Amino acid sequence: MIRFESVTKRYPDGTVAVDGLSLEMPDRSITVLVGPSGCGKTTSLRMVNRMIEPTGGRILLDGADLREQPVHGLRRSMGYVIQHAGLFPHRTVADNIATVPRLLGWDRRRARARSLELMERVGLDTAMAGRYPYQLSGGQQQRVGVARALAADPPVLLMDEPFSAVDPVVRKGLQEELLRIQAELGKTIVFVTHDIDEAIRLGDMVAVLRTGGRLAQFAPPDRLLSAPADAFVEDFLGADRGIRRLSFFAASGLELTTAPVVRDDAPAGDPAGAAADRGGAPYLLVTDAEGRPLGWADPARRAAGDRELVPYGRTFEAGRGSLRSALDSAVLSPTGWAVGVDGDGRVVGVASQEAVAAAIRAAHAAGRYPEAEGADDADARDGGAPEGTEPAGVA
Amino acid sequence: MDEFFRMPSDLQHSYLGLVGWHLEEALVPVLAGLLLSLPLAQLCVRFPRLYPPVLWTTTVLYAVPSLAFFVLLIDWTGQSEVTVMIPLALYSLVVLVPAIVDGVRSVPEETHAAATAMGFGPLRRYLQVELPIAVPAVFAGLRVATVSSISLVSVGALIGNQGALGNLLADAMSYHRPELAVTSVATTALLAVAADALLVLCRRLLTPWSPDRRRRTAAPRPAAVPAAPAVEEAR
Repeated sequence: MIRFESVTKRYPDGTVAVDGLSLEMPDRSITVLVGPSGCGKTTSLRMVNRMIEPTGGRILLDGADLREQPVHGLRRSMGYVIQHAGLFPHRTVADNIATVPRLLGWDRRRARARSLELMERVGLDTAMAGRYPYQLSGGQQQRVGVARALAADPPVLLMDEPFSAVDPVVRKGLQEELLRIQAELGKTIVFVTHDIDEAIRLGDMVAVLRTGGRLAQFAPPDRLLSAPADAFVEDFLGADRGIRRLSFFAASGLELTTAPVVRDDAPAGDPAGAAADRGGAPYLLVTDAEGRPLGWADPARRAAGDRELVPYGRTFEAGRGSLRSALDSAVLSPTGWAVGVDGDGRVVGVASQEAVAAAIRAAHAAGRYPEAEGADDADARDGGAPEGTEPAGVA
Repeated sequence: MDEFFRMPSDLQHSYLGLVGWHLEEALVPVLAGLLLSLPLAQLCVRFPRLYPPVLWTTTVLYAVPSLAFFVLLIDWTGQSEVTVMIPLALYSLVVLVPAIVDGVRSVPEETHAAATAMGFGPLRRYLQVELPIAVPAVFAGLRVATVSSISLVSVGALIGNQGALGNLLADAMSYHRPELAVTSVATTALLAVAADALLVLCRRLLTPWSPDRRRRTAAPRPAAVPAAPAVEEAR
């Protein structure tokens, strides 16, 4: 555990970068420091590996004051990922990753084997081992940066705006990769960003800092969205925090109906069939033989032999998805009905916007964390949180 | 044609002997200048306030005519090649010091921070990260210093035939053999071009990681990467 005890950084010219910061960053979880520029988030991060020394207070790592530890050894025990990756341009991908192992005195062969192993872990083709950084895309460079930080298997990972310089699509991929790696390795990660969405997406705990280096709020992301401490935090969270909070409610509580679901090869049925027989749905959801959705069909026209289908929009994962993805699916669907699927993309059932709204009301009424712990956007938390590191556990 | 390469006996050298001597008188000072510049430049990087006075001093030294240096040095080092090489070494500082300083400063801030964060000490970081990344800039400086040194050696002819190929210029006049002047000038130029080409080759071999023109066509950067400022050769 990393513990800040009223840590202050005051520069000789009087500027206060960090002002009396007290925090406990739990083990094996991601703590995000987020805030506008000049809030001291990077300064706070760099005090953890003593690239910057505090002028007041102290920082403890597993109960021991950081200042009592030899600085180079301390740094080699903490992975560091920086914006733009900061790779060594004159070293190959494999040599970049092997940097800390080599500093620790590993022999060449062992370090190289470790490099290749890590390239696979971060999703890089090992054929790139001999390439130089300039031959990689920004996203690939950042993957190398993450692999390099993990090389000596440090218990602590410090990440300073690591994904800020890549485009949004690549950033999303890197975030997913980080969550996947974290689920496997369970590092103690301190993550700095100015992007509140990234903070909410990645953080088990989020510390919102305000200009002048003061802590505005320290809470799990769900608590942050539901109960911002003050106007600054609320403003920083942005306009649609209510919608975003739905990411933390599992869609498993949503009642789905299979009444309007028909297989494409099924007989057309009664054209005048009552809407009640379709669970109130005005349309039929047509699936293929495996149960994967094809599109919506008007029952009357379908009975008349018209096979034309209306696109079904976006599905959500009924088991692991969040109410946010269910709502999104319902809003995007041309029929106003959300299509829930299982992990293989087979239809589990459909729900109307009204049903989604009811589930949201029920979730709010429950006023607690969702039953499916660690539930989130199914595509955001691929693989789910590892046991014992769910946000609820660290409150 | 033989006339061009028949050396007057007072030079006590064959043509190839003069070429070898010329190279020695030109390159040893550049090497000495490099060895002097490395620590000097590093001091300037560590203590930026030192840089302007150092730069100013090297510029003033460069402005001192070599003849003035000869007058000062001849009491100690006599009419020898050392007298010629000392000013040449000092002249090389004016390009080498800023070249190395710029090279070391060209290390991206995030690369520097990453090295520190991974537990490199200052010396190790200098030798394993900063200096290798500075190689293209250092070589740009070396090329200018080398070419200028090769042309400046000739002035040594003024202190008792210590100018290697430059001595031919004096002899061309004394013996009314203008072809010797042609030999001197053409050979000096050729040496300069060859030395420059060799340095370019060395730099290419030392920096397989540098995205120069030839490699860029061989391995195009993916479009997603913002074009990093390429370390271009100073031409």
